Amino acid sequence: MSDNGNPSNQGTPVLELKRQDFVSDQEVRWCPGCGDYSILAQTQKTLPELGIPREKFVFVSGIGCSSRFPYYVNTYGFHGIHGRAPAIATGIKASRPELSVWVISGDGDSLSIGGNHFMHVIRRNVDINLILFNNRIYGLTKGQYSPTSEFGKKTKSTPQGSIDYPINPLCVALANEATFVARSIDVDVKHLAAVLTQAAKHKGISFVEVFQNCNIFNDGAFKHFSEREFREDRTINLEHGKPLIFGKDRNKGIRLKELSLEVVELGKGVTEADLLVHDAQAPDPSLAFMLARMDYPDFPVPVGVFRSVGKPTYDELLEAQVQDSISRMGPGNLEKLLNSGDTWVVE
Amino acid sequence: MTTTTEVENKPDKEVIELENVTIRFAGDSGDGMQLTGTQFTNTSAILGNDISTLPDFPAEIRAPAGSIPGVSGFQINFSSRDIRTPGDEPNVLVAMNPAALKVNLPDLEKGGIIILNSDAFADLNLKKAGYEKSPLEDGTLAGYRVIAIPLSELNANALKGLNLPKKEAERCKNFFALGMMYWLYDRPLEPTLKWMQAKFQKKPEILAANSQALRAGFNYADTTELFTTHYRFLKANLAPGKYRNITGNEATALGFIAASQVAQRPLFYASYPITPASDILHELSRHKNFGIKTFQAEDEIAAIGAAIGASFSGHLALTGTSGPGVALKSEAIGLAVMTELPVVIANIQRGGPSTGLPTKTEQADLLQAMFGRNGECPVAIVAPATPGDCFRMAFEAFRIATLFMTPVFFLSDGYLGNGSEPWKIPTIDKLPKIGIKFRKDPQGFHPYLRDEQTLSRPWAIPGTPGLEHRIGGLEKQHITGNVSYQPDNHEFMVRLRSEKIARIANFVPEVEIFGKPAGKILLVGWGGTYGAITSAVEAMQGRGESVSSIHLRYLNPFPKNLGDVLSRFEKVLVPELNLGQLQLLLRARYLVNAVGFHKVKGRPFKISELIGKIEELL
Repeated sequence: MSDNGNPSNQGTPVLELKRQDFVSDQEVRWCPGCGDYSILAQTQKTLPELGIPREKFVFVSGIGCSSRFPYYVNTYGFHGIHGRAPAIATGIKASRPELSVWVISGDGDSLSIGGNHFMHVIRRNVDINLILFNNRIYGLTKGQYSPTSEFGKKTKSTPQGSIDYPINPLCVALANEATFVARSIDVDVKHLAAVLTQAAKHKGISFVEVFQNCNIFNDGAFKHFSEREFREDRTINLEHGKPLIFGKDRNKGIRLKELSLEVVELGKGVTEADLLVHDAQAPDPSLAFMLARMDYPDFPVPVGVFRSVGKPTYDELLEAQVQDSISRMGPGNLEKLLNSGDTWVVE
Repeated sequence: MTTTTEVENKPDKEVIELENVTIRFAGDSGDGMQLTGTQFTNTSAILGNDISTLPDFPAEIRAPAGSIPGVSGFQINFSSRDIRTPGDEPNVLVAMNPAALKVNLPDLEKGGIIILNSDAFADLNLKKAGYEKSPLEDGTLAGYRVIAIPLSELNANALKGLNLPKKEAERCKNFFALGMMYWLYDRPLEPTLKWMQAKFQKKPEILAANSQALRAGFNYADTTELFTTHYRFLKANLAPGKYRNITGNEATALGFIAASQVAQRPLFYASYPITPASDILHELSRHKNFGIKTFQAEDEIAAIGAAIGASFSGHLALTGTSGPGVALKSEAIGLAVMTELPVVIANIQRGGPSTGLPTKTEQADLLQAMFGRNGECPVAIVAPATPGDCFRMAFEAFRIATLFMTPVFFLSDGYLGNGSEPWKIPTIDKLPKIGIKFRKDPQGFHPYLRDEQTLSRPWAIPGTPGLEHRIGGLEKQHITGNVSYQPDNHEFMVRLRSEKIARIANFVPEVEIFGKPAGKILLVGWGGTYGAITSAVEAMQGRGESVSSIHLRYLNPFPKNLGDVLSRFEKVLVPELNLGQLQLLLRARYLVNAVGFHKVKGRPFKISELIGKIEELL
């Protein structure tokens, strides 16, 4: 049984793969203008560049608008049940570590009904890519508030305003020591493609939050910082090893003041050397956590890679235990196993 | 206890040959009663006696010492003839403290033997057990043969030379008691000594203490005048072959491993710990050298979710749990039905509803397995009849799951899982075949194409070029597997999934009748009640009564000849450890006036209870 379900080696020639190879024959049925289209397009653009044969990709999802995603990607796909995609993906990756496994999820799917699996797939560092489409609303059930909706939000189920405090997905991921944490925005397509590529290349859990506009039930949820005219002033792109500078004129930065962060203007006695230099590879996730908590209007909204560290993955550790058992005890012998323990013969 | 012949031994001690004895060891949950019982069992099995055991322990790990809820028991029936149950009533009760006596005395046969630790019958322990006066003095035990032994003191004296802390020495007293029982029933010490050597290899002082306690108990029984007689048993007349003692949960794990080996596909076991199923997780996780991967999931839902993922990927996927866990898994079982992926769900049933009686047995999850999901959601169900039979039915579960691309329930229970019996080790070559063929050819491939005979769809696993496809919980279009909301297609698919499960009946054996093929009364059983039902029916047949029985190992679909068999008897009696779940199914399916006999006490049937019911119907 050394054959671990490995298909033949003659797969689709990797070098010839194009975006079109990842477009399925299914009609895309998201609402016109939905942010999901952009994420789908950037994913389909990213996949051929990873050097992985098409048949080795598996897209797994739960329930929600975002979770229809696998139907539209021409790879292996599994549209699961609400919140459980990380569990299904764990089974796929743990049994077949050679596959490239992606989970597509939403804020309700990952943070509400699937909160438990979200936490555990991250803590185990299963080598999958988990893309969370955060539109801060329940779209498929037509407009109830979600766990990321802002406090006081008026929706069909909260006519007097939501009294739930919202959850920050990045903070949950970091609290569970995610080895790769990033964020992007559906409308910033180049940035999104770059983040997806980095996520795909990271070994271990790669968590990406994508701010995604639901133009039907929560239109404009992110436009106060995502619109092109002021995006550079109201967001900051985290780049490893570089000082935290932002603004159209690159004249603002983030400085660490004692135990908190502050926005400073460059010049007037503040130089680049005073700014915090982003270290995505820091073993301690505390600074990443502080960055993840920055929000407009007090701070620019951070995007980019917050954290990217190496750590053995669940799937490789599990495989190693199997190999270790084989080398210690020899390959399993059923005859011997059935006849183990105290036996006796009846003539 | 039947006395047959008297045999000569030491001049001063009489040896009586017996056919059958049921002993119950009872003490605090910290007293090591399960261990003591298991050792007695294994030794008896190696001697060639037939055995059947019933461990009975509390859900609390260590309830307050000496208290009623903390009592743990282990019953073993061993015999020189073929037996099928752990015995209706113990003939001998070993009680380590007053609480153990109080809990177990009502079960002891009239005139039975009580061996008790008199050192534990002090004021505080008596009070904890709710005795106002010592039962040794107030006549409570009149009518029993009481052998009161200062076990703690004798054990402490025996270990004096070892300089163990008092508490450590006290912990060895179960082996002192076991040693006594070995003398009383003429069993050798060697198997237990050998086991101790392996178990306490790294703790030489514990090894020395335990083995010394065991020997001292044996020698004490040999010399004390309290015991004037000991008993000997002939070997049981078992079918020729190589045997080992096995619990149901061990046999279950081995059955799954065997299926994986025969199918030449690695096993993936995902589970969340739950009583009484956790032993399967423990057992499988020790055998990773068989390519087995075990995944202790964060919850029951994640466990079946991971199993479904592993099945999609081409592994033999398995999840194990008990009733409350199945409740949590039901949505995902529906997903496996819709995606038509082979997954085995092992339910080691326990008393319910809700948390219920975690450590006690019941078979009240049959209808949950049949119907406990949204929509028309048929799932195959198999159920083992004895601890050893768990091997065969676990294997069957995977044979059916992979042949029909369907989830399969394996319905065991706490009685089977924890109970044990001598198991004739099967010959690997004679196991049924499990031939798995993954789809490789992209030509004409559709994910919901059908095999003509089984109606199963192709298993096309990720990594296979040209077979990229998407599946999920939404209704599928026939053949293409694309999402479809079309009304006629939905009805077609609902009926097709149902027909697929029905066709399993073409691939499983017909039910065999124990007794005459027609007559007055037919008992129909399933699961762990096999031993009691068969023994009761055998007894009635011995009296010349027209009573037969069948035992269903395949519960969905039923064996093809079941309707015919039912129709040949005047009365159908369905004994179950529930309020009539199989009875309901049989009545609905075959319009037969099946009568139920129900017990829900967390305990198995006694043979005598069943005989009583049969007599009533005759």
